[in-house]
Amino acid sequence: MTSEIAPAASSAADIAKTPPSLRTLFFAFAKMSLSGFGGVLVFARRAIVDEHRWMTAEEFNETFALCHFLPGPNIVNLAMVFGARLRGIPGGIAAFAGLLVPPMLLITALAALYDRAGQADTLRQGLAGVSCAAVGLLASVVFRMMSPLLKKGDVVGLVVMAGVFVAIGLVRLPLQEVLLAAVPLSLAVTYAKTYAKTRWAR
Amino acid sequence: MSGDDNPLFQLFWTFALISLFAVGGAVAAIPELHRVAVDVRHWMTDKQFADAFALSQLSPGPNVLIVALIGYSVAGVGGAAAATIAMCGPTAILSYVVSRWLANARDLRWPAMLQAALVPLSIGLMAASTWVLGVASDQTWRAFALTVMAAVVASLTRLNPLWLLAAGGCLGFAGLL
Repeated sequence: MTSEIAPAASSAADIAKTPPSLRTLFFAFAKMSLSGFGGVLVFARRAIVDEHRWMTAEEFNETFALCHFLPGPNIVNLAMVFGARLRGIPGGIAAFAGLLVPPMLLITALAALYDRAGQADTLRQGLAGVSCAAVGLLASVVFRMMSPLLKKGDVVGLVVMAGVFVAIGLVRLPLQEVLLAAVPLSLAVTYAKTYAKTRWAR
Repeated sequence: MSGDDNPLFQLFWTFALISLFAVGGAVAAIPELHRVAVDVRHWMTDKQFADAFALSQLSPGPNVLIVALIGYSVAGVGGAAAATIAMCGPTAILSYVVSRWLANARDLRWPAMLQAALVPLSIGLMAASTWVLGVASDQTWRAFALTVMAAVVASLTRLNPLWLLAAGGCLGFAGLL
């Protein structure tokens, strides 16, 4: 119970001792999800690590890294893995449902509105403006993710990236086929590079 | 599978299959969602897809909910639910299984090599998403200029992205694009 009184320092000792109830998990994830405009990750980190102290920052990063490199929506995977860690499979389902059900109801209501009023010119124009800005935001995320590759001068990484961009974005090949070729190729090249480096180091 | 007439089954199989290949998260899967929904199945037009993306960015929650909008356009509320469950359920179960397996072999660190190999792939996929959505959204040079402005502002400042979306909406609403 020290976590109630202790200040914001987050060490392992600070982590809450009793796991939250299924109800608490559901509502905690619903809250993060509904405050998550443009991505839920930031809010999930704040709630799980800082607010509820269910995990240390390090555990959170490790769990997120796992979910990031498995297929599927990362934050949804995280909710499932995290909920199950605290409360078994029912906990995973509670977190999963909390994350998805409330915003899904909301977006379905928006979709119904769009169906009714989507033909109105001003609304369409407004939405078109939003989507232009959203594309710009996405571009800035891509730049930000690219900059470590550019700084390291990672030629192989940049070539793989460009190849995927051309195959998927310009040629519009099916994702499955591109990944079935690109993932083994990228793994092999990365493996060869690490192996060459360790050999030189000897 | 594709011969099945029930749209809910069609939605379910389509999205479950896509999700298993959605390396790098929901946004990285957008080109494939667009290819399937617009080019292959003709569930939506290019413009409707861009609108769905805008709506999914405007409303709170995980970005993956764009699939709920695609599902809704095919089969209403049931379609939205089927698409969301298909896109999120199987991979969540997979994540659970892998996390259990890793927890049992604790000394086995999550290999940095896999990360190094997959990062360039997911950046390439996100760049492709930007391109596909840009082609659908930026029909005029003014629209394109707005996209470039938003990219520059978002890269150079820490402004809350919602303000940029709102500014874009206002410019569009005023008929300036």
